[in-house]
Amino acid sequence: MSEAIRQQNKELSAIGQDYAAKYGFHDPVEYFHKGARGVSHEVVEMISKMKKEPRWMAERRHEALDIFYAKKMPQWGNTKLLNEIDFDNVYYYMKPIENQQNNWDDVPEYIKKTFDRLGIPEAEKKFLGGVSAQYESEVVYHSMRDDLKKQGIVFLDMDSGLREYEDIVKKYWGTVIPSNDNKFAALNTAVWSGGSFIYVPPGVDVKVPLQAYFRINAENMGQFERTLIIADKGSRVHYIEGCTAPVYSTNSLHSAVVELIALDDAYIRYTTIQNWSRNIYNLVTKRASAYKNATVEWVDGNIGSRLTMKYPCVQLLGEGAKGEILSVAFAGIDQHQDAGAKVIHAAPHTSSRITSKSISKENGRASYRGLVKVHKNAHDCKVSVECDALLIGEDARSDTYPTMEIDNDQVKVEHEARVSKVAAEQLFYLTSRGLTEDEARLLIVNGFMEPFTKELPMEYAVELNRLIELEMEGSIG
Amino acid sequence: MSNTKPLFEFKNVHVAVEGKEVVNGVSLIINAGETHAVMGPNGSGKSSLSNALMGHPSYTITNGEVYLEGKNILEMEADERSRAGLFLAFQYPLPIPGVTVANFLRTAVKAHRGKDADMSDFRKNLKAEMDNLSIDHSFATRYLNDGFSGGEKKRIEILQMAMLKPKMAMLDETDSGLDIDALKTVATGINRFQTENTGILLVTHYQRMLNYVKPDYVHVMVRGQFVKSGGPELALKLEELGYDWVDEQLSEKAGV
Repeated sequence: MSEAIRQQNKELSAIGQDYAAKYGFHDPVEYFHKGARGVSHEVVEMISKMKKEPRWMAERRHEALDIFYAKKMPQWGNTKLLNEIDFDNVYYYMKPIENQQNNWDDVPEYIKKTFDRLGIPEAEKKFLGGVSAQYESEVVYHSMRDDLKKQGIVFLDMDSGLREYEDIVKKYWGTVIPSNDNKFAALNTAVWSGGSFIYVPPGVDVKVPLQAYFRINAENMGQFERTLIIADKGSRVHYIEGCTAPVYSTNSLHSAVVELIALDDAYIRYTTIQNWSRNIYNLVTKRASAYKNATVEWVDGNIGSRLTMKYPCVQLLGEGAKGEILSVAFAGIDQHQDAGAKVIHAAPHTSSRITSKSISKENGRASYRGLVKVHKNAHDCKVSVECDALLIGEDARSDTYPTMEIDNDQVKVEHEARVSKVAAEQLFYLTSRGLTEDEARLLIVNGFMEPFTKELPMEYAVELNRLIELEMEGSIG
Repeated sequence: MSNTKPLFEFKNVHVAVEGKEVVNGVSLIINAGETHAVMGPNGSGKSSLSNALMGHPSYTITNGEVYLEGKNILEMEADERSRAGLFLAFQYPLPIPGVTVANFLRTAVKAHRGKDADMSDFRKNLKAEMDNLSIDHSFATRYLNDGFSGGEKKRIEILQMAMLKPKMAMLDETDSGLDIDALKTVATGINRFQTENTGILLVTHYQRMLNYVKPDYVHVMVRGQFVKSGGPELALKLEELGYDWVDEQLSEKAGV
């Protein structure tokens, strides 16, 4: 073996150990406000008061908390892990600093350092139109390019959005995902804090992506951000979110609600690179409404977390609307990625495409759970569902739960599902060309993910490939 | 340069697949500059032999010795044998979806050279080799063997050989599935590869490939053994009389 190869192999094997170093660190923080553990009407009232919210929002919160109490845990997905969540042990609201900053220099040193290490300011400078950085419950830094502001584009944290654009928020907030949708949506509605509010005026094309970054720092933290994006008629926007957290031995909860509204002829793409540490329960509700000739695309990558249950949804409400969901899940050791997609065809001439790619390694488990519903009135629709699963190792597990409810017979449906293993023959083919087994396996996995990574902005594609490399380290055949 | 050691040598090689012996004791010496052909009917063990020599984990060499430039390679994994200069063109190359031909070749070249090739040099080199094999440049960005025809796969195998520049190349049924034009192109690629420093082991069922790639020696393999060796004329005789002829001779010899 040549020295260079040896060096390269050394680097490859070193990569696997660095989640802790790269993302898994935590800051010792003196919080401006650190609430007590557990949730109650008092906690809800306190959050609302601290935010000086309008009364109607406080009432929504209280109402939602009662729904949360009344609703049962989901009886599907990974019920064992779900039932392990101790809601009384979670911190529901932590405010790291008193006021949000729009200049990095004014952000406290320890937080700035965190986001520096994660490369956020650098990305902002290079290719983003706006950045929002949330630390625990609050957005601590927010900024947007002036030229975008001048076009009337609104990109704020959700709290500021509510303060400054109350009418718009009141009109749309909670209309796509009502509090009683599911237990975790109810919990989010009760204790939500932070997240993004975006409004794009009619006909405006936001040419550069807007990004939010979510960071959990404290142990047993619950992060409940709430995002609402409205693309007015004929407008276009691409929003990206990323997330990481420290490595702790006990669990934290991330339960977001994201609502998208694409009015007539509008286009929204929502890209997620979820890289939570292995102690995070990631239970998120994401749904979009697409009106006449509008397009909504969810590009959803799940690499991290202990358990993820997330099924981005597009409701095609107007004639000619399009929905596309591209979902990728990587389930490494001890992880369960229960991911998927939902599309509701509620208007004629609508079309949807779901592409799901999952990789399970060792004892990791990836599930695809999907629903396509075509209503009676929705004639001349097109539906395409493609699920691909790749297994690495003998214990890896993949499940597919596709549901189709088609109530109209003028519908074109395509459905394909495949499960493959990284075959010994493929490995031999690549190793016979000089690649080590690890390199060969990584190449196969990267190839498998290619339909997803090619949809990402270059910087994210590179980062995602790096993350996969990290996950693949030391895997057994 | 001392050239006392043969380029490639195996002695008394036995190969087992799932515990069953499929090659029982074959030996061969290939010197630099030589082209050897191994011919035999289906199931004679010739593909098993080349797979085992390359280090396929399902083909176990249960007995024997294998040397590349005097170096024992039996303890090496397939990737180490490749980097040491051994190459196998596959009979059935597998698709690797999502991995482009260019990306794959760059990764493989990097594995061999130990460092990333200069991007523009690599591209130039790749284009030139593709031209040599009449491969359309658009193949560089297609996924490796994914949806390729049989002939396209075989050309891509020879392209890989041209890019990796091994010392010793084993070509397993590279002629199968090729029409006459493709066969000529592939043969030209193989002949361009062969120099006084390289060696070729052609594994084939039919003689027609040998019209274009001239072997120095022909070995006939039947039931896991080399039963006859000779010059190129042996291949022609086989073409004429078929493998039964060898079988008959063997039976006579054994006095059956």
